[in-house]
Amino acid sequence: MATTSRATRNVVGTWVGFVIILVWCLLPVVWILSLSFKGSGETAAGSPHFLPQDWTLQNYRDILGIGSVTPGQETTNNDFLDALRNSFGIAIIATLLSVVFATLAAYAIARLEFKGKRLVLSLALAIAMFPVVALVGPLFDLWRTLHLFNTWPGLIIPYMSFTLPLAIWTLSAFFREIPWEMEQAAQVDGATSWQAFRKVIVPLAAPGVFTAAILTFFFAWNEFVLAISLTSTTDSRTVPAQLSFFVGPDPFNPPYGLLATASVVVTVPIIIIVLLFQRKIVAGLTSGAVKG
Amino acid sequence: MASIDMKNIVKQYGDGFPAVNDVSIDVQDGEFMILVGPSGCGKSTLLRMIVGLEDITSGDMMIGDKRVNDLAPRDRNLAMVFQNYALYPHLTVYENIAFPLRLAKAPDAEVDEKVRAASKTLELDEHLERKPGNLSGGQRQRVAMGRAIVREADAFLFDEPLSNLDAKLRGQMRTEISRLQKRLGITTVYVTHDQTEAMTLGDRVAVLKRGVLQQLATPRELYENPGNLFVAGFIGSPPMNFLPATVEGTSVKLPFGTVELPREKAEKAAGKGLLMAGIRPEHFEDASVKTEKASGSTFTAKVEVVEWLGNETYAYIPFEAPPEVEEQLRQLERDLDGESLHTQLVVSLDGASRITEGEEAEIWVDGSKMHLFDPATGENLTVDHEHAGRIPSATEGAPA
Repeated sequence: MATTSRATRNVVGTWVGFVIILVWCLLPVVWILSLSFKGSGETAAGSPHFLPQDWTLQNYRDILGIGSVTPGQETTNNDFLDALRNSFGIAIIATLLSVVFATLAAYAIARLEFKGKRLVLSLALAIAMFPVVALVGPLFDLWRTLHLFNTWPGLIIPYMSFTLPLAIWTLSAFFREIPWEMEQAAQVDGATSWQAFRKVIVPLAAPGVFTAAILTFFFAWNEFVLAISLTSTTDSRTVPAQLSFFVGPDPFNPPYGLLATASVVVTVPIIIIVLLFQRKIVAGLTSGAVKG
Repeated sequence: MASIDMKNIVKQYGDGFPAVNDVSIDVQDGEFMILVGPSGCGKSTLLRMIVGLEDITSGDMMIGDKRVNDLAPRDRNLAMVFQNYALYPHLTVYENIAFPLRLAKAPDAEVDEKVRAASKTLELDEHLERKPGNLSGGQRQRVAMGRAIVREADAFLFDEPLSNLDAKLRGQMRTEISRLQKRLGITTVYVTHDQTEAMTLGDRVAVLKRGVLQQLATPRELYENPGNLFVAGFIGSPPMNFLPATVEGTSVKLPFGTVELPREKAEKAAGKGLLMAGIRPEHFEDASVKTEKASGSTFTAKVEVVEWLGNETYAYIPFEAPPEVEEQLRQLERDLDGESLHTQLVVSLDGASRITEGEEAEIWVDGSKMHLFDPATGENLTVDHEHAGRIPSATEGAPA
């Protein structure tokens, strides 16, 4: 009897813990969701309710420019859609480039013995540690001179550079896990080094590649400091930066509803991506390759 | 199909250490050649040099009549089974076997036909759509072999393919490999440290020690005419006994007594001072069980431990060795990866023997099967060169 009651207590305790953590983490998210369904009158009220009294999709209509838009918000929706396009474009291109370069670099680091290997790795780490803010000034000047200011490449290049080190470290750890014999077997079977890499090593490192891709994408998607400093118009401004321009007509009354809606809209792709890729990020893909 | 001819192959690492030193082995077309030796003897390195995964420092590697030293592995047309199988975990068994054909851009119909044929041979039909991760050790082993046989390669190379299997499966797979090789009649080089595999599988066996070829001969020749102390100690289980010995006329003085030796053997060893006598355990017998003792001698010794196995009995008899012999024996133990604490004689007696522990037993020994070794060089003085295959250090002069 004593053991069963202890087991029950354990289960109850575990669930209480889960609930506390979930509430702690999700409460702000739920608050934002709830805000996004409130009308402007309700958000401006003195003592707001947690749930909307009067559910409305007007905020979504305003921000995405669908259906009847509240007068005065026409520019907001255009700007937001432009920013969303910029965010997607910049994040996807930066991710692709970063993963491709990191895969090649990590493979070389994991497989080849060359002078200065440690130096390359520690330099990469140093770059990852470097505070982004310290680079804003120099980059601003440099980009203006090179005519990269307020362009997509102007953001893609720094995003790629800042995420490469992490991607290289992640991927080289994955490559090191893959037994040499896999590649040698492929070579004996008649593969060139490139074929062995493409047909055997990359598929085996797929979990690592996806991990690196997701981390890179998140960084580029969420980044604010560079996005606000190196852009001036909606030609290249991304969503996090664009949100700071949502001020509304009254400076003392920011459009909380619209801000919350925009936040929800930019969070959705992230959630979808994580759900899509989490199946890919399964450990133990290499199980069965060698003796078990 | 092709022969593989290794001529004076040397592998030197960056620090100058020769992992393989001046090894010459000729593998005939269709022959099953075994490379055997304790760990670190360079057998795997040699195999990897054949397939092209290691650079050759000097010497010529000939496959057929083509020098392949500078060819990439993919251009050598060899098939290899790795120790840990090296299957591609992201591909099904079917695609694993088909991998070499796909690389060669074979048409789908041909791929299918060859894969089905290989899987039939290896009884993998019901596993074709599974991933290697879901297979047992023996099944993985067969997939690895399947990947080798679809290739129609010039030769098969095996790198300790059975060392990851349990004892029972190992025996089965050993027979399987032997059958497959005989049926396909393909040139095979097989690396192992297991002497049972070496003796049972090989047409010829190359024994290596620290990168140097010790002897290249058929299993029987190795067993009956070991070229030196190392080969004698390596081949056979339980191993050959080594005893300090001095030859006087046709009799050999051993720690336990004097044993008569055939004249021709005695002559070869005459006047060399202290020697080492090598006698296999089965050349002893319990004198009370042995009925006809025509050719042997007998001696009495105190038996320390007896292990009765049913069909035979192992008896252990400790002895004291002079320092120079003891030193040589310890060195031999180290070479063989062994760890023997004291010098003892292991004798294999008939299962009917009633000798008990602690007893002073009368033991019969067949002196004609005895070998005498030079303790300084380890060379077998009584070797019958007609039936000993090739012993590089004895017949071709000691290597540098």
